[in-house]
Amino acid sequence: MNERIRRLRQASLNAVPTLSIERASLLTEFYTSGQAERVSTPVARALAFKYLLQKKHVCINDGELIVGERGEAPKATPTYPEICTHSLDDFTILNDRPKIPFAVGDEVHQTQQDVIIPYWSGRSLRDRIFEAVDDEWKVAYRAGVFTEFLEQRAPGHTVLDDKIYRKGFMDFKADLAAAVSGLDFQGDPEGPAKRDQLLAMAIAVDALLGFAQRYADKLVLLAQETSDENRRIELEQMAQICSRVPAQAPETFWEALQYYWFVHLGVITELNTWDSFNPGRLDQHLLPFYRRDIESGRLTEERARELLQSFWIKFNNQPAPPKVGVTAQESNTYTDFCLINLGGITATGEDAANELTYLILDVIEEMRLLQPSSMVQFSKKNPDRLLKRALEIIKTGYGQPSLFNTEAIVAELVRQGKSVEDARNGGASGCVEAGAFGKEAYILTGYFNLVKVLEITLNSGVDPRTSEQIGVESGDPARFASFDDFYAAFEKQLAHFIDIKIKGNAIIERLWAAHLPAPFLSILIDDCIANGKDYNAGGARYNSSYIQGVGLGSITDCLSAVKYHVYDKGTMTLPQLVTVLREDFADHESVQQSLLLDTPKYGNDDDYADDLACRVFESYFRLIDGRPNTRGGHHRINLLPTTCHIYFGNVVGATPDGRAGGTPLSEGISPVQGMDLCGPTAVLNSAAKIDHLRTGGTLLNQKFTPQLFSDSDGIEKLAHLVRTYFKMNGHHIQFNVVDADTLRRAQEEPHKYRDLIVRVAGYSDYFVDLTDELQNEIIRRTEQGAS
Amino acid sequence: MTKGSIFDLKRFAIHDGPGIRTTVFMRGCPLDCWWCHNPESRQPLIMDNTATGNDGSTHRRSRTALADGLVAPEQVIEEVARDIPYYDQSDGGVTFSGGEPLMQLDFLMKMLQLCRGRSIHTAVDTTGYAPSEELGRIVDLVDLFLYDLKIMDDHAHEQEVGVSNRLILDNLKMLTTRGARVIIRVPLIPGITDTNSNLDAIIEFVKPLPGIEEVSLLPYHRYFRHKVTDPELAAKLAGLQPKTEAEVSAMSRRLEAHGLRVKIGG
Repeated sequence: MNERIRRLRQASLNAVPTLSIERASLLTEFYTSGQAERVSTPVARALAFKYLLQKKHVCINDGELIVGERGEAPKATPTYPEICTHSLDDFTILNDRPKIPFAVGDEVHQTQQDVIIPYWSGRSLRDRIFEAVDDEWKVAYRAGVFTEFLEQRAPGHTVLDDKIYRKGFMDFKADLAAAVSGLDFQGDPEGPAKRDQLLAMAIAVDALLGFAQRYADKLVLLAQETSDENRRIELEQMAQICSRVPAQAPETFWEALQYYWFVHLGVITELNTWDSFNPGRLDQHLLPFYRRDIESGRLTEERARELLQSFWIKFNNQPAPPKVGVTAQESNTYTDFCLINLGGITATGEDAANELTYLILDVIEEMRLLQPSSMVQFSKKNPDRLLKRALEIIKTGYGQPSLFNTEAIVAELVRQGKSVEDARNGGASGCVEAGAFGKEAYILTGYFNLVKVLEITLNSGVDPRTSEQIGVESGDPARFASFDDFYAAFEKQLAHFIDIKIKGNAIIERLWAAHLPAPFLSILIDDCIANGKDYNAGGARYNSSYIQGVGLGSITDCLSAVKYHVYDKGTMTLPQLVTVLREDFADHESVQQSLLLDTPKYGNDDDYADDLACRVFESYFRLIDGRPNTRGGHHRINLLPTTCHIYFGNVVGATPDGRAGGTPLSEGISPVQGMDLCGPTAVLNSAAKIDHLRTGGTLLNQKFTPQLFSDSDGIEKLAHLVRTYFKMNGHHIQFNVVDADTLRRAQEEPHKYRDLIVRVAGYSDYFVDLTDELQNEIIRRTEQGAS
Repeated sequence: MTKGSIFDLKRFAIHDGPGIRTTVFMRGCPLDCWWCHNPESRQPLIMDNTATGNDGSTHRRSRTALADGLVAPEQVIEEVARDIPYYDQSDGGVTFSGGEPLMQLDFLMKMLQLCRGRSIHTAVDTTGYAPSEELGRIVDLVDLFLYDLKIMDDHAHEQEVGVSNRLILDNLKMLTTRGARVIIRVPLIPGITDTNSNLDAIIEFVKPLPGIEEVSLLPYHRYFRHKVTDPELAAKLAGLQPKTEAEVSAMSRRLEAHGLRVKIGG
């Protein structure tokens, strides 16, 4: 990287995440001005958005080529009090906590106390949600049966397609005007509501145009002020770019990047959407600009690389908005899950990898930044050299890019009813979530603790932590005559809690639609304009709601232990087992050892255990998939944990798989840590037995020592390993390439390992930023060697 | 029924022949190489069903469960077949190693036949120290031999590994005459097998043979499956100084200069 990029990158690495009160203050100013009360909710939201973009600080960092920050400076991170009003205690925790802190200044604290809390308390969506949901939902939530994604952050979970590279915001404005004039107020009783929605979107268009113009104006000023002739030329060029995009469709590579970045800032300023926002198939979108500019001599490969690197740094400057409580536990990271997609296939099914794919991979390798995340889609149409190039980057131990199976993603999306073209233009976002880019709202609603449900089943509906009856009375463990009887009871509890979660989802989705529409995001996702409907209210072409299952490995091993020891071998009765668990194996070490060691375990290609993984998968699928949501779409399942397997483990006592109470569950569809003893092919075979194509994403982590990647032969064989897993319909695989000794050294001397990035679950994180628990868990994860 | 004894079955073996393989480690070895990395291979063959394997524990269903007592060839190949998708993708297969697989000839033959029946590529990693007639019986069932050559000087060979190398060298000639595909494997034991004179002797012997695909140089590493308890042996092993990468490359070039294809590592 050149000197400019080195400096910008270092500045980004050095920037301390701070809590910015600017957005909260401006928003409160707007809402206390009385303007919001005179208009419809969507229009009020759009006006608030416009107010923010008119007033917020314009930040241009020295030497940068892509401009725009969400806060006043890099890593100045706003709050969203209309969604979640942080208490003063929250702020103290954010400031003081050793991991993932945000510096909270005294003035910020004061403003929160004097201005923000008094206005938003009781008005925030979080308050409304906890007011609206049933008691049984609250009980299950508190017990840790499930989490709720939408209580602190907005539905987003979506990715942009190619539309901004074809159209300027003036074009969108024309589309909006046409949509308004096409409304049928006589035949369509929703006409007025649609008009409000479309008007709101038009205001949001103006808001972004004004924001870009403010940057253009500031750039002109800076150009006048600078004494550096080269920089002056650059600043003038940038001013020109910002006055052209996003108003017009971009014409150059540079414009395309700057345009996306304004859009990105718009989305993450309007609301704190989950998974930030995401340009998606970047190597596809930018290719025409790249080729045209290279051909015309306007751009060199070196310049393209520099622009992409500048672009990368902008993502790294935007940490995930500060979360608190359970949400911090399920997703405790600065990463905001923007996952750049590379490779894959085109809408017509051709190999989509191109020269830009490889250039972007170079950028990923060189930048080694936490954000953005990146992935490569592998289709059978993509050449092996693409896979090997990705593995060469992975072997450097930085946890990126992750590897995805295009054919699986397409099949998953088509099964859900998407057109094959929309599916091929899609990919994965967040951790591993499959979606139709630019056309789908695929909202993750919360993690679901499969193992907690088993614990509750073993106690006939009682949560042993609280002795509260929180589930149904599913039967005295002493009276199950067979494993099938026991399983039927488990399934009954599962159905009970899934019903509660789905009912809660309906309540919460409606609150979002009613109170916090997203007119800006709605401009960007088809067919919100055509439908005259907000993104949060079902305006998108496809609307899915996910419940993310956590702990497939753990639940499988638990069921396997019950079946094997209680019903097959008869070494203990179920009530005896329950007693031992309740005592957390105290004085029952030999029982624990037998459960741990002498039990068929998931991850060893052992059908005894793997059949149970399939069985629980089928139950979970059947109880969720296809159930309608409020947005005209359906519920779907996926299997991923972020860091929630730690939190979920905390709330579950000792379990039949020999796991001590309070310790982490397995993550994604990976085996229980340390229980896979037969090597990676056995793990992959086990993982491939569940039907990935009926999910919207599964997550499999494999840890390898760097030695395995040390020569081209090793890379070749790993490539074969990946290809085989994908032939078996595996959705995703990621490698952690680091040895345990390195990790232990990093624990001892964290200051020396500040740059050590490891794969956590669906994302990578700085190892030293992880909690001790999570650090230990990553060390424990089986190191897959090879002979 | 023919049963046999194995001490491990390792999946995703990537240094025991082409592609992704499963390596079946068979018990019994006629040689006594003091530097052996798999000393458990030299435990006597277990001929009854009650004895336990070296691992002595746990429910590792698809791995060391097979290492307990005697197993049927069908059982082993059933495990091997679980990774057929990986073999197909990578042009891999199964490698029978040890120990010396030919010590359990009938068991080995049966497994080779089963693999042939399922179109699984087979490799046999052998010391070459077996009656020629017995080796001859498996030639047509084996897709690739991984043939170990250690010391070319017969006297030194006898001293270090306990037997003459004459049979080993004769058998290698016989295999190549019969059209077998062979990869020569030379474990680089510092000061013993990796001397220039020994490497030159290997070159001289191997060069004229038809059907030698490649020579693999296997660098010595201090990585043992088990703790060495004998203090004398421990001291002897500690004295072995692994060669540097540059030194191993120089050896590789020495062989390549004679037109041999060389690979470092398995």
